[in-house]
Amino acid sequence: MRADRLHELATLLPAERWLTRPEQLTAYESDGLTAFRKRPLAVAVPESSDEVVQLVRACHRAQIPFVARGSGTSLSGGSLPVEGGVVIALNRLNRILKLDPIQRIAVVEPGVINAHVTQAAAPHGLLYAPDPSSQTICTIGGNVAFNSGGAHCLKYGMTSNHVLGLRAVLATGECVTWGGPSRESLGPDWCGLFTGNEGLFGIALEITLQLLPRPERYHTVLAGYQTLDQAGDAVTAIVASGLLPGAIEIMDALALEAAVAAVHADYPPGCEAVLIVELEGPREVVESDRARLEALLAASSPVEMRPARSAEERLAIWKGRKCAFSAVGRISPDFLVQDGVVPRRRLGEALRRIVEMSRESGLRCANVFHAGDGNLHPLILFNGREPGALERAEALAGRILRMCVEMGGSLTGEHGIGVEKRDYLPEMFNPEEIDCLQRIRLAFDPLEIANPGKMFPGPGAPTLSQPGLHPLEAAGVISRE
Amino acid sequence: MNADLAPSTLDELVEAVRSVPRVIPVGGRTKPRLTQAAATPISTLRLSGMVDYEPSEFTFTALAGTPVREIARTLAERGQYLPFDPMLSEAGATLGGTIASGLSGPGRFRFGGLRDFILGVRFVDGAGRLLRMGGKVVKNAAGFDLPKFFVGSLGRWGILAEVTFKVFPRPEASRTIALQVDHLPGATQFIRQTSVNRWELGALDVLPGGQRIALRLGGPERALDPLAQEILGRWTGNLLSIPDADDLWSNLNEFRWAHPEGYLLKVPLCPDQMPALFDALQPVGDVRIHFSAGGNVAYVSLPGETSAVLMEKGIRGLGHTALTLRGRCPLALGRHTPTGVEAALRLSLDPLNRFPPMDD
Repeated sequence: MRADRLHELATLLPAERWLTRPEQLTAYESDGLTAFRKRPLAVAVPESSDEVVQLVRACHRAQIPFVARGSGTSLSGGSLPVEGGVVIALNRLNRILKLDPIQRIAVVEPGVINAHVTQAAAPHGLLYAPDPSSQTICTIGGNVAFNSGGAHCLKYGMTSNHVLGLRAVLATGECVTWGGPSRESLGPDWCGLFTGNEGLFGIALEITLQLLPRPERYHTVLAGYQTLDQAGDAVTAIVASGLLPGAIEIMDALALEAAVAAVHADYPPGCEAVLIVELEGPREVVESDRARLEALLAASSPVEMRPARSAEERLAIWKGRKCAFSAVGRISPDFLVQDGVVPRRRLGEALRRIVEMSRESGLRCANVFHAGDGNLHPLILFNGREPGALERAEALAGRILRMCVEMGGSLTGEHGIGVEKRDYLPEMFNPEEIDCLQRIRLAFDPLEIANPGKMFPGPGAPTLSQPGLHPLEAAGVISRE
Repeated sequence: MNADLAPSTLDELVEAVRSVPRVIPVGGRTKPRLTQAAATPISTLRLSGMVDYEPSEFTFTALAGTPVREIARTLAERGQYLPFDPMLSEAGATLGGTIASGLSGPGRFRFGGLRDFILGVRFVDGAGRLLRMGGKVVKNAAGFDLPKFFVGSLGRWGILAEVTFKVFPRPEASRTIALQVDHLPGATQFIRQTSVNRWELGALDVLPGGQRIALRLGGPERALDPLAQEILGRWTGNLLSIPDADDLWSNLNEFRWAHPEGYLLKVPLCPDQMPALFDALQPVGDVRIHFSAGGNVAYVSLPGETSAVLMEKGIRGLGHTALTLRGRCPLALGRHTPTGVEAALRLSLDPLNRFPPMDD
């Protein structure tokens, strides 16, 4: 029966783009959340948006679940395949359809890699602001599905703040177009609702992104502190001063150790925490803000302050920061990463509690976080070959998530709920609210065939499997954040 | 108005929604066309006040009926602001009405519009359930982003009860420059020439009349004069005094330039389309247009005696859509292609059909 139903899908694509052999499917079994694996029935590799529409319509007719996938960098298991379902791999829809430097927009297909948008925009003096750490490999389609963030969210927002228009095929097979090239639109804001749908509504086929003029000047400072608290206090002082830096990041000692091991990053010795602050704007503005920032930092008792004196030094600071997650692979066989959010004023308290909880569970925990917006990234280190270690790591992750919600924050700042945090959704929403989310989902996907098993708590939790680094991660190509 | 339908608590709001078959929320009535529907009005004006404001978090939560000017005053005391410049705040617009109408002011040019600052909502759906969506922190990706969906929802997808916004520190100083341009083609050319610049303009608006462009710079005091001088060295214009600048922006924010008893429409567009919109509407009547956000939105005013049919023809002929804020003509002008998902979502959020449709 299932084979019959699959047959129609198989006929939509040439055989070489309809993958069913076990060795072909292996690469699609997992994503950035390597602890989970599922083998799909087949992987479809469409090359045009028409083919995607035909595939989705055939899935709808045959009631076969589908999971859209870009580069598979989701950290919440967002692109984990569904048993008895197909994966629609969108990497070949990788064309930048339009780049209009006057209107400052790019129209892209979902398989376009995040960093390629900025590369294409750079000759025009423009950039695409959202910059998740996996930006050199993650795709815009995935960024839209999970409303990805990055290091510059406080000032520039997340992916949804940069999506002006969408053409999408919904799980019902209906094609819709919302928004367009203008910065303004009439409501309700369908693009806003679609962004962050976690693949539960359908597949974006064409995305209109806003581009921003590249700031004329950057000023990036790295400051080392003896304690995490001191670094946190410095953030509080910066925020209270009225400055609006483009990024404020903190790394703790274990994260620093990992970055040193991985990319030979160089940090002031004897520091328990490093703070990175970046100012940007017209040179006159940056010069003026810089004086204020330096005075604030000097008053925060750093061990050392290192302003980047060149573009190369700035990139080196960011390289150490952005590699921190995959770098943890150098100091631990396995790790889980969370991205809960706490109110910024409670960052210090949150970190102290993470240290306590990590001690109680007997697992090490490295911390890298977007301090400007209270977005934590605890990395829980464990050895998957040790019996019960993964379960203990998951239990610790759960305690950290609950703490974030209790403090008035969020389960996730940028990775999404996915498979990983779906059982925690009731921590943040009451049954009526979950029912409302479910009703919204059913309006887009009455058959529940689009990425089922994500976001909503439910039976059939995927089996945990032998974890380990993603092959691309081990090769240093991708990183988790 | 029935006193029962001016709830002063969230429980009363829920009761009010449940008590009548068809409802429309009404705030400060500053965009009167939006609430002229065949439905019982529920006033949100008694649902007023700041619920939570933590300047260090860059967020606040307030009841939906809170006047925007009160919010602005409270934020200003702590050196913060809503960067998208809410419209009609002096006229008494409420937070809820501002979200439902989806109106952002000139300041949306720099950091984005209302949609980019809304973080969370509590709302009553058509079944009379009080629900919370989104979050109270500046970054949150949990659940579907229903708060954004409410932007421009016209009170027809649920009644906002409480809302959470992100705010920013207000720049230390600002400068406003008025440039002379050769009508709308000249304005379009200016926008094209400056689409990529280093100044980080806070606002770029073409003033009604189409012969002047207003630019706003914000930032540290000593950084602004060199930037302003650079611009004035390239184009003809002048730096405005602080009172003149305040007048100029407040005139735009409050639509004081518009015909007092006329039509007022919001028309999203791209800067290249500015001259054609003016040309299409000029034969219809004494048209006045404020092009805001670098030519990404037009606010169109026509006298009350204008033929609504011709007006719509002009809008539709160019392929535009428009929202009527004031005036007796359809709420939505231009082509709207209904989608299956819209009907399905309406059934999900409003199973009893308690809210008027988007075109009533």
